[in-house]
Amino acid sequence: MTTVLESLNHALHTAMQADPGVYLLGEDLLDPYGGAFKVARGLSTAFPDRVLTSPISEAGLVGLASGMALRGLRPVVEIMFGDFLTLSADQLINHAAKFRWMYNDRVRVPLVVRTPMGGRRGYGPTHSQSLEKHFLGTPGLRVLAPCDLGDPGLLLRQAILEDDPVLFIENKLLYLCRIPSGKDLADLELTTLNPDSAAAPGLDAQTYAPAYTLRMRGAPPARLTLVAYGYMAHLARQAMVQLAYENEIFTELVILTQLAPFTIQPVLDSVQQTGRVLAIEEGSLSMGWGAEIVARVAAALGPRLLASQRLAALDSAIPASGPLEAETLPDTAAIIQAAKKMV
Amino acid sequence: MTISVQDPSAFYRALCRIRSFEETVLENFPKGVFFGTTHTYIGQEANAVGVLAHCQPQDIVFSNHRCHGHFLAYGGDPHALFAELMGKSTGVCGGRGGSQHLQWKNFYSNGIQGGITPVATGMALAERLQGHSPVVFTFIGDGTLGEGALYESLNLASLWHAPVLFVLENNRIAQTTPVDIAVAGNMAARFSAFGIPAQELDSSDVLEIYPLAGKLVDEVRETQTPRALILHTCRFGPHSKGDDTRSEEAIERMKTQRDPLHLQAARVNDEQSIQIRSEISAEIAAAFQAALADPFPVIHAVAGSSI
Ligand SMILES: Cc1ncc(C[n+]2csc(CCOP(=O)(O)OP(=O)(O)O)c2C)c(N)n1
Ligand SMILES: [Mg+2]
Repeated sequence: MTTVLESLNHALHTAMQADPGVYLLGEDLLDPYGGAFKVARGLSTAFPDRVLTSPISEAGLVGLASGMALRGLRPVVEIMFGDFLTLSADQLINHAAKFRWMYNDRVRVPLVVRTPMGGRRGYGPTHSQSLEKHFLGTPGLRVLAPCDLGDPGLLLRQAILEDDPVLFIENKLLYLCRIPSGKDLADLELTTLNPDSAAAPGLDAQTYAPAYTLRMRGAPPARLTLVAYGYMAHLARQAMVQLAYENEIFTELVILTQLAPFTIQPVLDSVQQTGRVLAIEEGSLSMGWGAEIVARVAAALGPRLLASQRLAALDSAIPASGPLEAETLPDTAAIIQAAKKMV
Repeated sequence: MTISVQDPSAFYRALCRIRSFEETVLENFPKGVFFGTTHTYIGQEANAVGVLAHCQPQDIVFSNHRCHGHFLAYGGDPHALFAELMGKSTGVCGGRGGSQHLQWKNFYSNGIQGGITPVATGMALAERLQGHSPVVFTFIGDGTLGEGALYESLNLASLWHAPVLFVLENNRIAQTTPVDIAVAGNMAARFSAFGIPAQELDSSDVLEIYPLAGKLVDEVRETQTPRALILHTCRFGPHSKGDDTRSEEAIERMKTQRDPLHLQAARVNDEQSIQIRSEISAEIAAAFQAALADPFPVIHAVAGSSI
């Protein structure tokens, strides 16, 4: 079984093989090291001229890559830890994401910035965060997050093919997750949805980022919709199975891979049946992704929405100490607990 | 826009076009015809004209907030620029960008200090990697020496051989902050520390700026490595509009000693200079009037087209 890491690494090989305009830039990318999380492994050997290992310059590098993108290349930037994305925020928000619109649609910026986010490895306050919420809702910036279903590598390849800037969020624990086959998901029924672009005004016609819905096979109607992305989708899947077998609480899990801009429709389709929604994320609770999910569902369903909750990290920095970190970040047990309270 | 040094009137014309454009902007701002703010180039015209006279069609310009002079010297259309400032659909960017955010042919500008230099560096790198040999001109001010992204760009441009000409226009002030309380140490040493050869010139004379810029442009073109040109210059006008904190005497002194138009007017005969000025003022007035009459864009055209 392929891991998410292998899938992403393979995708980079394929993309660089297919298009001589694809460049990979980032810190400590050269083999044998191959990047801090090894997503770049083998690439500098296969494409020595197109893997540019860089000085520690996140702002400079993202800016440079968007200049390359403006002038005919397809750069992929690896930011070593997602926490360091803050250093390139100006380049993403005020430059890369702005250029196309600000210049009256006369230019395109086919840039991908990919970065590992997330905790549970004891890296402490500045190397464990899920900071993507700060970038969600930036006009002109697509934010994608693969999960361990479907084809994470395909999502990355499509992001590289797209002509507008993409921020690609890779959870660190997701890297080693194995992508289950249909057989492995025997108890579960998986539906893959491509969100309908017409349902989300302003969204490009490109609808490559799928949403997934998981149900317990042959179960009674679900009474709660879980919504998650990235590694939390992996944990939510575990919670869903336990809730069914141990508590006879049947849920549906909707997994989004496109965080922004996004259409709420796949979530609505489920909540219309279940009446309840629990949004689950690893970022801190306040002003987060889950708030947006719940707000959109509430706006669409009004009084037909019976219950809504968010589960997220505490509004605190992320401690290094194992037991403290475990208290800070939501896990499977926390999802189960939150779900039980809602039905 | 390539200009020949043999023809002093061509330089004079280019200088006058910028001056006249900017004076029209300042004059009409209080009438409420423009949106937002503006940063005029009055006093610095010889920099844009002298440097961009070496700009060839494959070259790229990345300019900053004070971009009107660069845009016009590049060959940009005064009507489209007025229209952009007025937020009209005929503007350089259809009214989306305004004064600081222009894109036309290979000309780009953005209003974030320091942010443009890594982008310009990446453009230069991309062009070189694709087998072209362009020069990417990027313009920064003295105040922008405070931005960290600039130094990341210098390091990357030097390491990765990006054919960039960094043009530092030191008008000795950043908004209201004089250079001596904002910039420590030596300007040229900032570039040479990264292995980027830098040349300095304290002049408002287009015929002095032109040859030095030409030498550096040639070096960038031939070696496909970066260079820096530091032009010590004078901003005659306010930072944007009505916000000058300097003494009137100091400004008057600059205007009498350092006016690039006066310096160049001395090289064309009186009759010719009068004629050029009247032609330019007619051209600029017509461009302004035409832009005034242009329609505003409609919102769905603004909202619907990008993600
Ligand atoms: C990142 C950023 N900080 C602050 C500003 C506001 N601002 C616009 S122009 C300017 C002064 C720039 O001075 P300088 O670089 O010397 O250029 P000059 O205006 O003199 O041409 C300032 C502070 C900005 N546009 N961008
Ligand atoms: Mg200045």
